[in-house]
Amino acid sequence: MLELEFMRLAFGAGLFVGLLAPAVGFFLVQRQLSLVGDGIGHVAFAGVAAGYLLGLPPVLTALVASIGGAGAIEWLRSRKHTAGDQALALVFYTGIAAGVVLISLAGALDVDLFGFLFGSILTTTRGDLALVATLGIAGLGTIALLYRALAAIALDEEGARVAGVPVGLLNTALAVLAATTVAVSMRIVGILLIAALMVLPVIAASRIARSMRETLLLGMAIGVGSVLGGLTLAYYVDLPPGGTIVLLAAAAFLVTSAASGLRRG
Amino acid sequence: MPLAVELRRLSFGYGGGPLVLRDVDLQISTGEFVAIAGPNGGGKTTLMRVALGLEQPSTGEALLFGEPADRFSRRSTLGYLAQRSQLGVDAPATVREVVSAGRLAVGGLLGPLRRRDRAIVTDAIERVGLSGSADVPLRTLSGGQQQRAFIAKALAAEPSLLVLDEPTTGVDVDSQEALAALLDRLHRELGVTVLYVSHEFGAVERFVERLVLVRGRIVFDGSPSELPHVWHDPSHIHA
Repeated sequence: MLELEFMRLAFGAGLFVGLLAPAVGFFLVQRQLSLVGDGIGHVAFAGVAAGYLLGLPPVLTALVASIGGAGAIEWLRSRKHTAGDQALALVFYTGIAAGVVLISLAGALDVDLFGFLFGSILTTTRGDLALVATLGIAGLGTIALLYRALAAIALDEEGARVAGVPVGLLNTALAVLAATTVAVSMRIVGILLIAALMVLPVIAASRIARSMRETLLLGMAIGVGSVLGGLTLAYYVDLPPGGTIVLLAAAAFLVTSAASGLRRG
Repeated sequence: MPLAVELRRLSFGYGGGPLVLRDVDLQISTGEFVAIAGPNGGGKTTLMRVALGLEQPSTGEALLFGEPADRFSRRSTLGYLAQRSQLGVDAPATVREVVSAGRLAVGGLLGPLRRRDRAIVTDAIERVGLSGSADVPLRTLSGGQQQRAFIAKALAAEPSLLVLDEPTTGVDVDSQEALAALLDRLHRELGVTVLYVSHEFGAVERFVERLVLVRGRIVFDGSPSELPHVWHDPSHIHA
């Protein structure tokens, strides 16, 4: 399998996405913002459509749109203009509607939208891999640097605010990380499934992990395992990679839940 | 004695709406242990938020250690225990991870904690009697133990002012008593100023030097022993 270049590229890109998506999703899950990735994904769709309309690289326009969408969700949430789920719904539906309108305006309804919506990792180019690796390393480096601060806010946002921690700035950093993850990962698992890769490995890990650090690391391991295992399975059984990857992550949740049940006796 | 908290003719309403607090004057000296009680909706949490500089007064002034509360320069020395519903008690965190979070503003935002910071975290865990559970997941502990962990988190900042917002909510009666005794001991050992905000004050009544009852304004301010008997009846306070 690895003698084929497209599979080597897919594994390379998958490795970074499998590590980055759960690492960012970890903080969203702890803050009960599991669906934020989904909301950003829908805005990313509008970004892809804008890319076709403007003749720009879709990944670039999706990245810009994702950061804008993530910023909008965080702004609405933190200012308490709307409840968290309403802020998400607003961005969610505006994103998908804008995407459909922009794609139509670009006359591009026949382009490879399916690839963006559900992933097309097997068409990853060397340029894609370079972009995924660069943004992936930058994202993971940022998380390593800000881990304590982001974890502290997840545990007690108000306490951090009282102590003078720049909570708004750190929340914005997390929103940008989530947006970057969506833009980077959309070629791998697709806009509609990326949120699953951010959340499911973390939920699976939290069933058996005994600390935050353990949950993060185990979640990243499950993420990488799901991506690489899903790609392998997709190659040999001829299945769609994006869906197979997410189903493996869901299966990991069933396994860890069973293990947790057994441990409790 | 210098003042830790000072509110001068302070009024406050959310978003320009009706006033929740009206003409409040309050002075709390450093080293005092004060309970701020009152009915739900009476404005005690709002009073605490304005005092901490989290909300801007509509009129009047809020000072922390002599500085305007919203621009207080030593915020890292404020220890705060938020209401239980705002705390991540379901996160897969250990007691040590929770308490370490309290060192964030003092120890710096980036990178791992230094050795001295880790020693202070361990000391804070010992002070609240959770040494044996330091590396145990928080969610496996009782409500009272979880509150102790978050008090240790506040202590890890080596605070000059410790503010607790409804610390006994969701905690059984025995644990409430133990929590109050713990706060009394910490207050005496560390000399820290303690503000205990709660809709009921039974558990801390015998430990606090001063009780402030808030119902839109301050309706009582003095020693719990001076409190008219009728106010000890919660139904009166809530009426």
